[in-house]
Amino acid sequence: MPEPLTPDVVAKVADLAMLELSDDELQTFTAQLAAVLEHAHDVEELDVDDVAPTHHPYPLQNVMRTDDPHPAVDAEVAAAALAMAPSVEDGQFRVPPALGEEP
Amino acid sequence: MTIPEREPQNLPDGWEMVIGLEVHAELATHTKMFSPAPNHFGAAPNTNVHPVCLGLPGTLPVVNAKAVELSIRVGLALNCTVQRCVFARKNYFYPDMPKDYQISQYDQPLNADGWLELPSGYRVCVERAHMEEDTGKSTHVGVSGRIHDAGYSLVDYNRAGVPLLEIVSRPDIRGPEEAKAYVAELQSILIAVGASDGKFEEGSLRVDANVSVRPTGSTELRTRCEIKNVNSLRSIGRAIQYEAIRHVDLYTAGEAPIQETRHWDEEGGRTRPGRSKEEAEDYRYFADPDLVPIDPSPEWIDEIRAALPALPRERRQALVDLGGRGEAVTVTVERRLDTLVREAVALGADAERALIHAANNLAVEGADRLDSARFAALVTMETSGQLTSTQAKQVLASMVATGRHPAELAAEAGFEAMDTGELEGLLDGIIAARPDEWQRFVEGEAKLQGMFTGQIMKATGGKADGKVIAQLLAAKKQA
Repeated sequence: MPEPLTPDVVAKVADLAMLELSDDELQTFTAQLAAVLEHAHDVEELDVDDVAPTHHPYPLQNVMRTDDPHPAVDAEVAAAALAMAPSVEDGQFRVPPALGEEP
Repeated sequence: MTIPEREPQNLPDGWEMVIGLEVHAELATHTKMFSPAPNHFGAAPNTNVHPVCLGLPGTLPVVNAKAVELSIRVGLALNCTVQRCVFARKNYFYPDMPKDYQISQYDQPLNADGWLELPSGYRVCVERAHMEEDTGKSTHVGVSGRIHDAGYSLVDYNRAGVPLLEIVSRPDIRGPEEAKAYVAELQSILIAVGASDGKFEEGSLRVDANVSVRPTGSTELRTRCEIKNVNSLRSIGRAIQYEAIRHVDLYTAGEAPIQETRHWDEEGGRTRPGRSKEEAEDYRYFADPDLVPIDPSPEWIDEIRAALPALPRERRQALVDLGGRGEAVTVTVERRLDTLVREAVALGADAERALIHAANNLAVEGADRLDSARFAALVTMETSGQLTSTQAKQVLASMVATGRHPAELAAEAGFEAMDTGELEGLLDGIIAARPDEWQRFVEGEAKLQGMFTGQIMKATGGKADGKVIAQLLAAKKQA
């Protein structure tokens, strides 16, 4: 059996997801997440020794496109995207100061 | 095989540097990595965008086949194994990436386990060269323009999604000069295979340096710092040297560096700590469910390999085979003048003179467009004595500027070969005017050679060939 999910782990995940949780919420979500994980653990009951690990259920690979631009779409998209933004300056998205590391 | 000479350590005795480099190269495609938006530097902000690179809901990425092909070219040029690969999401929150993750490759990169040979002959192992997408560009608007006291940021997504190849070396590099040589060599390879324009100044090439130090002779890997924002060959060298000294100073004082990201401050000539939060390093990579694996067929890889142009290393060897040596060979290939030299030599030009011109007199814009037949003609005019080396240099500069034939240019400049007989007559006159000095020269006062040469030059208005004068003086002395 894997280690039980603790509120500490949930707090860390919330922090990484930039979510602020109250103590009550932390308890609630720990219980809910634990239930989801437990459900996923059902798979461990299956014998998968003969099944190769995969990232996908699809029998697909090498899905690629040719290197052709579609400039016509872009002007429209740019205008629409900027129009949706809460704040714009000089054709750019204006955002609050980003503190911390640029990855 | 001889053991290549390594860079001497510019550190206090007993310490050596351990350096690994991550080089990000923007690939020279028409469109982005996963969307059909144009990949083009210098457009007005947010005009090269598409719903996919803006991270709009309901959009799906599709891999650009050309980006894969260019990445494979680099992989092959770096002697990597090209293999089945998977895209992964690198999760982080930063406004330069609107979907809050960057698509990269993690445990299964396209290219793995290669090496790059430096001009010195030393081989740096390449751990991997994986595909990913570039981020958007944030401009920090604030009191000083620095990241920490920005009032706000402006984001341009033209760069978001541009195909990148991240080439990761093993910590095999031992000094700033070796690091610069590695990056310069990688840059020439990227340009040679057509994978990237390799321009630092446009951000097509960006380098992060992982630096640590250790007692000489030890094999341990100590705590490293990752230095970002080193965006010229010169700053790479300076940043590494600064950081290594900082580590040695800390150890010497009984302290130790902490693992962190640091920024290179070009003006201040120092690295500064970024805000180091441990959990910020947790990117929670996982396979991107929107993309299926890429498994290049052996036929495709062979086709790409067969079409690879000569690499800088092979091009340097070709010049060495012509008798070229050392720095002259390296710079000639760097300036892409090697084809010019080889063609001129094939047309009968003297290899040594051609190489000297390429290395010393052609560090100018447009030199690589010189016509090889005309270049060969110039070299031959010089070696046959029609032009002195100074005149040849001058004619060469005019050739680069005008593209015209050296014979025409030499005639216009009034460069006509001095007849040896005429020179001899002049020399006899000079000797007759200075019998004492000539006697002393004949008896072995070698420094007088300069005086006599100068007199002849003066008499000919600088048109005489220094080599011919030297021969003439030697012959006269014996007589």
